[in-house]
Amino acid sequence: MKELMTGNEAIARGAYEHGVTVGVGYPGTPSTEILENFARYPGITAQWAPNEKVALEVGIGASMAGARVLVTMKHVGVNVAADPLMTAAYTGVNGGLVLVSADDPGMHSSQNEQDNRFYARFARVPMFEPSDSQEALDMVGLALQVSEEFDLPVILRTTTRVAHSQSMVELKERREVPLRPYRKDPKKWLMVPAFGRLRRQVLEERLQRLRAYTETTPVNFISWGDRRVGVITSGISYQYVREVMPGASILKLGMTFPLPEGLIRQFAAGVERLLVVEELDPYIEEFVRGLGLEVTGKKIFPACHEFSPGLIRRKLNEAGIPVSLSPETSGAGVCPLDSKGEVEELPPAPGRPPVLCPGCPHRGVFYVLHKLKLLVTGDIGCYTLGGLPPLEGMDSCVCMGASIGMAHGCELADSSLARRTVAVIGDSTFFHSGITGLLHMVYNGGQGTVIIVDNRTTAMTGHQDHPGTGKTLMGRNAPEVDLEALVRALGVGRVRVVDPLDMARLTEAIQEEIAAGAPSVIIARRPCALLKRETRPPVRVEGELCTGCKTCLKLSCPAISVQDKKAAVDAIICTGCGLCVQVCKFGALKEGGEING
Amino acid sequence: MVEATGAALAPVDILMVGVGGQGIILASRILAHAARAAGYDIKVSEIHGMAQRGGSVVTQVRLGERVYSPLIPEGQADIILAFEQLEALRWLEYLKGGGTIIVSSQIILPVPVLAGSARYPENIITHLSRRVHTLVVDALGKALECGNARAANAVLLGALARQMPIPLSSWLNAIEACVPARYLEVNRAAFQSGYAL
Repeated sequence: MKELMTGNEAIARGAYEHGVTVGVGYPGTPSTEILENFARYPGITAQWAPNEKVALEVGIGASMAGARVLVTMKHVGVNVAADPLMTAAYTGVNGGLVLVSADDPGMHSSQNEQDNRFYARFARVPMFEPSDSQEALDMVGLALQVSEEFDLPVILRTTTRVAHSQSMVELKERREVPLRPYRKDPKKWLMVPAFGRLRRQVLEERLQRLRAYTETTPVNFISWGDRRVGVITSGISYQYVREVMPGASILKLGMTFPLPEGLIRQFAAGVERLLVVEELDPYIEEFVRGLGLEVTGKKIFPACHEFSPGLIRRKLNEAGIPVSLSPETSGAGVCPLDSKGEVEELPPAPGRPPVLCPGCPHRGVFYVLHKLKLLVTGDIGCYTLGGLPPLEGMDSCVCMGASIGMAHGCELADSSLARRTVAVIGDSTFFHSGITGLLHMVYNGGQGTVIIVDNRTTAMTGHQDHPGTGKTLMGRNAPEVDLEALVRALGVGRVRVVDPLDMARLTEAIQEEIAAGAPSVIIARRPCALLKRETRPPVRVEGELCTGCKTCLKLSCPAISVQDKKAAVDAIICTGCGLCVQVCKFGALKEGGEING
Repeated sequence: MVEATGAALAPVDILMVGVGGQGIILASRILAHAARAAGYDIKVSEIHGMAQRGGSVVTQVRLGERVYSPLIPEGQADIILAFEQLEALRWLEYLKGGGTIIVSSQIILPVPVLAGSARYPENIITHLSRRVHTLVVDALGKALECGNARAANAVLLGALARQMPIPLSSWLNAIEACVPARYLEVNRAAFQSGYAL
């Protein structure tokens, strides 16, 4: 049976078909839907971990105990999981262990675009890179097989355009794989220095065998065409090359660590000019050049942001490399925008940055923080949008959990900042890696104020449950973390809960806590507006009271505009949260308009 | 199910553009479902995560005998289905010469415009129709007539279906397969009102 699936759906399917019984990860675009889909299959266990390090550790344990395991995360999540990953390469596995690293070239939904292929080389673990959904499904099976055969965890590296593109896949039945028995073996699993040194040697031996394997694996193959140009490529770039250069000779690499030296030499010898087309860093290119081969890559194709077939065609043309055009693409580039002076020029299109949703409980927090002119160290989530104009209520965002440590660092550098700095972090992010930051601050006598914007979900990635929601990925009930008790247990004496839609109380709470001279936590608690649709009527405008002062626009609410010098509220999208009613000094915005749409 | 005939299926590239939250992903699912029944190879590329929060979003749907890249090169889209006027303007360069743009008359002001730091372009529809084959659809109005503003995506899909070599029955089956039961009636009605335009 064939079905149209995203890369993420196909990875979940591949894990199911190939006998994986344990799936664990932390949500992160573009990886999230893998586990959400895996969780729907029978006979498996799927879990959200509080962070990627824990996820991989659970995976290593399940593998040690003999199960086939899938661990999923976005590229930056691998940084968090790097500690167990580096040593798991030494211990190896029992049941097959596949770690999915979903990279995000172009930073569609990420703070950086690091190239995680280097993690495979760094940890010395095999890596596969699918270029469409069918390959994604098949490579999960292959990766599990290689993992068990070579006694190593394996990285399956995808990118946004593989993870979130749909293509056809052939579905097969699940093949049950019996649990491999666990045998006590401290020299394999107990990585004290003496045993670590032994496993270090074993790792090199396994790598030697893998170097032979990568030469013959069916996922590394040559497709001979025109010999004037030969292209080495992998992942989504392969699909772009197939479209743009249908006649070229191609060496397609599905296994990109270790790279196949012999196959590359054979390919290079068969073509006049050798190109490498790869997104992000010159990972393949540098390897090829290291073999003493003449190769062109990043001289032509950019090392940042993602590729597209249009970009590859343009860069090839600029470099004077012939592109054989297939009939259906020869019309490309005949752009209707070339008006040749016949019609007036097109007006520029203003940007449309993402924005907090109407009714978002985070909005008021950032409006207040901006108004109080505080230094706000921020964190990762929807609420990072609170740093964009006109809200501008956040100064920094570095990585998951950084807000609290950074706020404390500001205080260390300049003690006068202690009473002007707050950290803002979401509930899911706090469980991920905010707890340790707060522990540090309290332990070291910091006086900082932390606002936990608690919307009762992991909103940015599409509303995943976490230890504070009382539900698991598989829909079971779970103990709900008592956030107030947790932060008290860390040693925070001043803990209070406020409704972020009540801006007067929120302002008062922030002012009191930053002045307190002791570590404090404000929990701004209200469920995500998309999670719990409120049935409040939309706000209405009393036109004669509106002075057109535009203060309400500073809330950055998509429902509010000023038309003909009067505020206007879009009753279809307004949730009646009432923040604008609170900021209007003239009483022109009123609660309780007519429900429309 | 309609089997692919001996003749090769001509490729069709469709760009669906709009604002996060307008139901573009659902619309693309329905299109892909209908196209599959017509025997096409299909690739669909979409964007999740932060961009979805009211930002500019684009979903690319490619149909053909054999599709490689999930992304459509600039100047190669046969049809742009624009859920909002400004987004139609933004993505126009993806349309090929002789292509068609179907544009909702809806305007959603981006925050920089709301905040007064940018201007929403005037007469977008005029600009479009002077250059390319343009179909303007009052998707929001039609959806409200059908009983739910959120069904504007189905109205647009109906207008798109009219331009596509895919039988109506495949579209209706696709809607039934992709839309949750309680919204099925309003979506069917909205689709039909777009198809009738």
